[in-house]
Amino acid sequence: MQMNVVSANDLCVRYNSVQVLTDLTFSIAQGDYIGLVGPNGSGKSTLIKTILGLIPSSKGILTVFGHDPVKLNHRDVIGYLPQKMNFFNPFFPATVEEIVALGLVSRKKSPAGSGRSQRAAVEKALDMLGISGVRKTLIGDLSGGQQQRAFIARALVNEPQLLILDEPTTALDPEIREQFFGLIQSLNKNARVTVILVTHDIGNIGKYASKLLYLDNRLIFYGSFGEFCDSDRMAHYFGTSSQHIICHKHG
Amino acid sequence: MGAIDFLSYGFIQRALLAGCFIALLCSVLGVILVLRRLSLIGDGLAHITFGSVALGLFLNIFPLYASLPIIVISSLGILKLTEKARLYGDAAIGIVSSFGISAGVLLASVGGGFNVDLFSYLFGNILSISTGEVVTSIALAVVVMFILFFYYDEIFAITFDEEFARASGINTGKINALLFVLTGITVVLTMKVVGIMLTSALLILPAVTSFQMARGFRNALIIASVASVLCVISGIGFSFFFNLPAGASVVLINFLVFVVVFVVKKLL
Repeated sequence: MQMNVVSANDLCVRYNSVQVLTDLTFSIAQGDYIGLVGPNGSGKSTLIKTILGLIPSSKGILTVFGHDPVKLNHRDVIGYLPQKMNFFNPFFPATVEEIVALGLVSRKKSPAGSGRSQRAAVEKALDMLGISGVRKTLIGDLSGGQQQRAFIARALVNEPQLLILDEPTTALDPEIREQFFGLIQSLNKNARVTVILVTHDIGNIGKYASKLLYLDNRLIFYGSFGEFCDSDRMAHYFGTSSQHIICHKHG
Repeated sequence: MGAIDFLSYGFIQRALLAGCFIALLCSVLGVILVLRRLSLIGDGLAHITFGSVALGLFLNIFPLYASLPIIVISSLGILKLTEKARLYGDAAIGIVSSFGISAGVLLASVGGGFNVDLFSYLFGNILSISTGEVVTSIALAVVVMFILFFYYDEIFAITFDEEFARASGINTGKINALLFVLTGITVVLTMKVVGIMLTSALLILPAVTSFQMARGFRNALIIASVASVLCVISGIGFSFFFNLPAGASVVLINFLVFVVVFVVKKLL
């Protein structure tokens, strides 16, 4: 029997004494591509942080690869791309190569390690994202698109089985955005990498994701984009015209 | 008097030896602290050192040994205040450092007789460092450098992006505590080189100099280390030949190097 990558059962999460998520029950299988959507403050980032083991659940059960995420030992199975603007200091003196190698810290074996297998993994990730030519360039000297590629390479350097992307295309222009989605889609289709992508762009995520998970502090909808567009419950929730706009049915 | 004569003095040898190790330590930690926007923690901890030195003199305990446990506890106190009281780092540093200074002033007032000794720690004097202090400084510097090397990847990860580091399974609480304690120990060692008043300069200046030239994180650490060691050596030499205070000389040379590097970078 295939194990779920993520499984939530009546999951409740409190953050800073505020109940953010209530009674979520869903499961994500290997190879799923989930579009995680919802309004501001709906708990998207909290859910991601709970899956990453950064915030403990207050009630219910959450497992990631069959384990409590807070106690998950082999974190190299998860690749994570945080929201760029939240952490990035453009004057930080680090090269692209150093940033990508940071992704390997979760499977570190030797101090200040830069073993042959680690160098090969970094090489592969740089090649995959087409940024080998700027490996020695400082991260702050790159364009927004190239910076984002470096951070994606960092998330992919461990060849993770689960890739969590928090609004990854905010700073990208449309062409780079399409390239980015193409890469994620190929990883999902060819390498069966499970993807959870947080976005506000509910209208476009249907082009890429196999399932939509709509949160508003509780689970509003979980299913395919087609099911979402055909759902009378969603038509009632959003209003028929909004559902039509989201689903591009207005033509 | 030539360089050979200069180097033949025992007090100069001791000053150079201890100064180079402490400079190395300050520069490496400085790069990390400045990038984490904790530049003024050195200043805050140095103020606490003022109180701990006063306590040591008051209780007739060697100030270096009195300061080490107090500074370690205070470092962790600042960290806990930041985490638990939901304070920004600068506010937590302000609380603990003002306590340190006021405790020091009160002890100096009550103790009376040791005021001259206490104030000598304010500006330091590396040229008066004893063999015991040299050995203690080198031993502590080696231990701190070893810990920094062992946790290099974790410290780099936390410095660049703490949330990503946590998501990667790094115990950020442990590494932060380690970093604060190591900074505390370094500040205690540094007070002999440049004094309590100028300790933060030895943490900040080599780091910001390196950022003008560095082509990577590792590269920044190396440049800061080289700049810091060279500034300490030239500062000690300058103070000896021109009969000037060593601590201030070291800091001023660090400042001049920063200005020169900054201007040259702008002109190129």
